Amino acid sequence: MRPDFLDRFSRLDSPVHRLPAAVKLAATILTIIVTVTLPISLWGYFLGTAVMLVFVCSISRIPWSFMIKRLLLLEPLALGIAIMALLQPGGLAIFTGIVIKSTISLFTVLLLSNTTPFDQILRVLRRVGIPAILVTILALMYRYLFVLIDEGERLARARMSRTFSTNRVRRWHSLASLISQLFLRSTERAERIYAAMTARGWK
Amino acid sequence: MKGKTVTFSAERVRSNVCLARLLILGYIHAVFLSPRNGEPLCAFPNIRTMHIPDGFLDTKTATATAVLSVVGLGSSLRYASRHLPPRRIPLIGLAAAFIFVAQMINFPVASGTSGHLLGATLAAVLLGPAAAVLVMSTVVIVQALLFADGGILALGANVFNIAIVGPLCGYGIYRLIHTIFRGDFGRLVSVGVASWFSTIVAAIFCAGELAWSGTVAWNAVFPAMAGIHMVTGLFEASITMIVIASITRARPELLNDNIPSATGRERTTGFVLAAILLIGVLLLVTPHASELPDGLEKVASTLGFEHRAIPNQGVPAPMADHVVSGTGSTTIAVLLAGLVGAIAVLALSSLLARILLPRANASPPQNSGERT
Repeated sequence: MRPDFLDRFSRLDSPVHRLPAAVKLAATILTIIVTVTLPISLWGYFLGTAVMLVFVCSISRIPWSFMIKRLLLLEPLALGIAIMALLQPGGLAIFTGIVIKSTISLFTVLLLSNTTPFDQILRVLRRVGIPAILVTILALMYRYLFVLIDEGERLARARMSRTFSTNRVRRWHSLASLISQLFLRSTERAERIYAAMTARGWK
Repeated sequence: MKGKTVTFSAERVRSNVCLARLLILGYIHAVFLSPRNGEPLCAFPNIRTMHIPDGFLDTKTATATAVLSVVGLGSSLRYASRHLPPRRIPLIGLAAAFIFVAQMINFPVASGTSGHLLGATLAAVLLGPAAAVLVMSTVVIVQALLFADGGILALGANVFNIAIVGPLCGYGIYRLIHTIFRGDFGRLVSVGVASWFSTIVAAIFCAGELAWSGTVAWNAVFPAMAGIHMVTGLFEASITMIVIASITRARPELLNDNIPSATGRERTTGFVLAAILLIGVLLLVTPHASELPDGLEKVASTLGFEHRAIPNQGVPAPMADHVVSGTGSTTIAVLLAGLVGAIAVLALSSLLARILLPRANASPPQNSGERT
């Protein structure tokens, strides 16, 4: 697993990537707040925002195929809830409003996460006054996520190379014991990390 | 006349609910594709069912849940920085990564669908409630910021449902049942029931937020969310039980450390967290449940005519029954289903616990001899 599998394009070089992280974070949150609070009847604003986002995306050099794939992946969830909105009086208006708003918000967050490395976002969060422990935990999680995924895939490969056929019950059992093994290994790794952190003066 | 209009609206509600259920099942079939043989362990982009995207909540709901989440997260952070030993801090970070990975692992379920763990109760049982709140919040925050799974403004609501209600409810039920059923067997049973319940309760809070925002009608979203998660919860319960059973076998000391009696300071954190849950219930769930007394009042008013007639006629039952079933408050139906489900889950999880625990527990000497 690539270390940056969550935000693959966050380390490209483009005018958007070079902007300070604080500006991008603030712009993202502002865009989402305005998008969510404005009534859908102001369609000019939504059209304008969409055009602006498309423009920002094209100068940030993130591949369009990636953005579209991510959007298509996340959209069904929004649609799933939005469809339930159809079941009430005046549902169609609510439905279109929700779908447009959530799509714009999704696109904005995807742009943020793929133009800003996560450590820069964390630095901004720390400066804004988010407690140090929470930021440390977030940073540790981001750092070790792909390590754990690799470890899990190694365990799964070892299991697969030893089973020729399996049924559902056995598969559940082996996957669940894989999860428990992963937990045991991560507690051991946490001990080692703690030792390394204290050795470097963390308290 | 009156009775007729009531039954008509009830029928419409019921058909709407049926439609919603069909659509949702179809959606689940479409999104959770089956893992084929030889596919990598983590089909990475694996969508979770309970994350609310942006645009679904109005300002008041988003603000209220954000305040609740900040208070809950803050008290857990305070607890972690004052009372947890410093070597637990890296463990919380790694446990968050662990839960994230565990959520990505696909389990094959019937007919080409697959499910995955939520892990709130698992985290709470393994690490304790305060640490579990931190772990799950970290997971939700990273999912929202990096993967856009769950909105930024809806982050408060998502943290509240998944990272505060889930672990706390799970832990509370786990401790409660574990005081009744002791030992390894009791732990497994209580883990099963707790993870079933916490999944459903988190889903109900999710439904409450959506309904409070006026996005979706409570009558549609509540049965849909509660119904789906009564089934998903069974999956969650069995996976959590298998994981805990396997940890019990490998490293029993990890689980035994975890039940010390609460000291005074810990109790204040506990009270704060419990208060948050209570406020959440009052704010998000009870206003909608008031449809329930409304329905009853309606029945009472229609019955008002009959009440005078009942003693004379002597056959009140069929008529009363008819009106009640006609109004058919979905809330009552779902609550009843939940009650029946709870008993069934208790039985099922004790059965599963019996299967999962090594027979050696029952009669150690002979069996351990046979095994080798």
